[in-house]
Amino acid sequence: MMNSFKLCIDLILSQFQTMGTVLQHTFSKADTVEYPEQQVALFPRYRGRIVLTRDPDGLERCVACNLCAVACPVDCIALQKSEDQEGRWYPEFFRINFSRCIMCGFCEEACPTYAIQLTPDFEMCEYDRQSMVYEKEDLLIDGTGKYHDYNFYRIAGKSIAGKGKGEAENEAPPIDVKTLLP
Amino acid sequence: MTEPINQIGTWIDIIGILSSVMLVAALLIWVERRMIGIWQDRLGPNRLGPLGLMQVAADMIKIFFKEDWIPPFADKAVFVLAPMIIMVTILTAFAVVPFAPGIGIIDFNFGLLYFLALSSLSVYSVVLGGYASNNKYALLGAVRAAAQTISYEVFMALSLMGVVMLSGTFNLRDIVEAQRNGWFCLSQFLGLFLFIVAVVAESHRTPFDLPEAEHEIIAGFHIEYSGMKFGMFFIGEYLSVTLSSAMIVTLFFGGWLGPEFLPPLFWFCFKTSIWILFFVLLRASLPRPRYDQLMSFGWKFMLPLALINLLFTGGLVLWMES
Repeated sequence: MMNSFKLCIDLILSQFQTMGTVLQHTFSKADTVEYPEQQVALFPRYRGRIVLTRDPDGLERCVACNLCAVACPVDCIALQKSEDQEGRWYPEFFRINFSRCIMCGFCEEACPTYAIQLTPDFEMCEYDRQSMVYEKEDLLIDGTGKYHDYNFYRIAGKSIAGKGKGEAENEAPPIDVKTLLP
Repeated sequence: MTEPINQIGTWIDIIGILSSVMLVAALLIWVERRMIGIWQDRLGPNRLGPLGLMQVAADMIKIFFKEDWIPPFADKAVFVLAPMIIMVTILTAFAVVPFAPGIGIIDFNFGLLYFLALSSLSVYSVVLGGYASNNKYALLGAVRAAAQTISYEVFMALSLMGVVMLSGTFNLRDIVEAQRNGWFCLSQFLGLFLFIVAVVAESHRTPFDLPEAEHEIIAGFHIEYSGMKFGMFFIGEYLSVTLSSAMIVTLFFGGWLGPEFLPPLFWFCFKTSIWILFFVLLRASLPRPRYDQLMSFGWKFMLPLALINLLFTGGLVLWMES
């Protein structure tokens, strides 16, 4: 009896303590960011609108390997591989349907050439659903994105016009196996 | 005893009080949202008009133009009647509230009992609304409201008897006058505490909003209501808060009494606003008990406490008279 009475008193006092704590928040500043007037500070690696970047020479990084399209959980990426005279692979078309995209960043993780990257921009509302489908010319930017020095063809072993086998960075010339014969 | 009812209000008083009370209840939508925002480190509605005040108008326009739907499975007559009951009972209860000397609608010798009777009637609104909706959650809410009523109604009236003993009258104006030598919140501290708990339960506000309980039974008794019928429940709740605050001020905080440099009406409104803010603070801070907890709290703790308070006050009055 006495115990339950004490419990009741303790409970009531704890309610008053709660109210006091809440009342103290009258003087604390609101956490709200009033968005359209006040911009949100986003970090460089924020996962927003997707772009296709270029290498330091200004050429497309994308080699149309399709890994991003495979990794995409909502299948919003569509592309077609093609090859130019130099032997470089490039996407004939590259299409991202942003009305499906969930900004998960799996495409960026899958990309072997740092071509596809997510940017800190999320303001991409449209009145027309079709406007949410971005073609390659909409996606392609002039810069290198987050990785400034990376150039896939300078590192990779694939031979293209002007760079044969073994001429890439950190690559030894190919060994003619026949010279090893006794 | 003089004649039982002295009308002190003219038509102007009646219309003025009615419209200002409705205006306050409508404004409370905005006040509550802003204040809870501040206490939760947010901003609350601040877009429409200065400080977001036009939010009230926007809400009103929205609620007027919403489809007012009566479910085909509902008991139509009772369904329409239920939201009216809360509005009518609470608004008529304002008739006895003594705003200031000479301002009020009626000066009634049993004003306190009149208030208790009408505020108890308002629970029919919730119970009937929940029953008429013919919906499981609404019925659960109505059952909870009934259970809640029998647990707080008992000590609500008893908590006020101390005040009645000290002032020797049921007339609210005389009760205010009796507080010239000290507000009853000091001598009747226990009674004040009991009465606050009772009126919070009576107006179905958090932490005793068991009949609605958004998280458990979605919206409880008004789950099937829409449009202006829902609006009437909504405004009725705020009217109830206003009435409860006015009664707390009248009975325990000296009504219109206050320093002379400002008119009595100001002091009454000022004190009432503070208590309204207290109701909002309660909503911002306290969690909701289970309804068996509320019932055992009411019967096993609050009722004995009310009786103890009554006993001591009675003894005190007898001792002072002898």
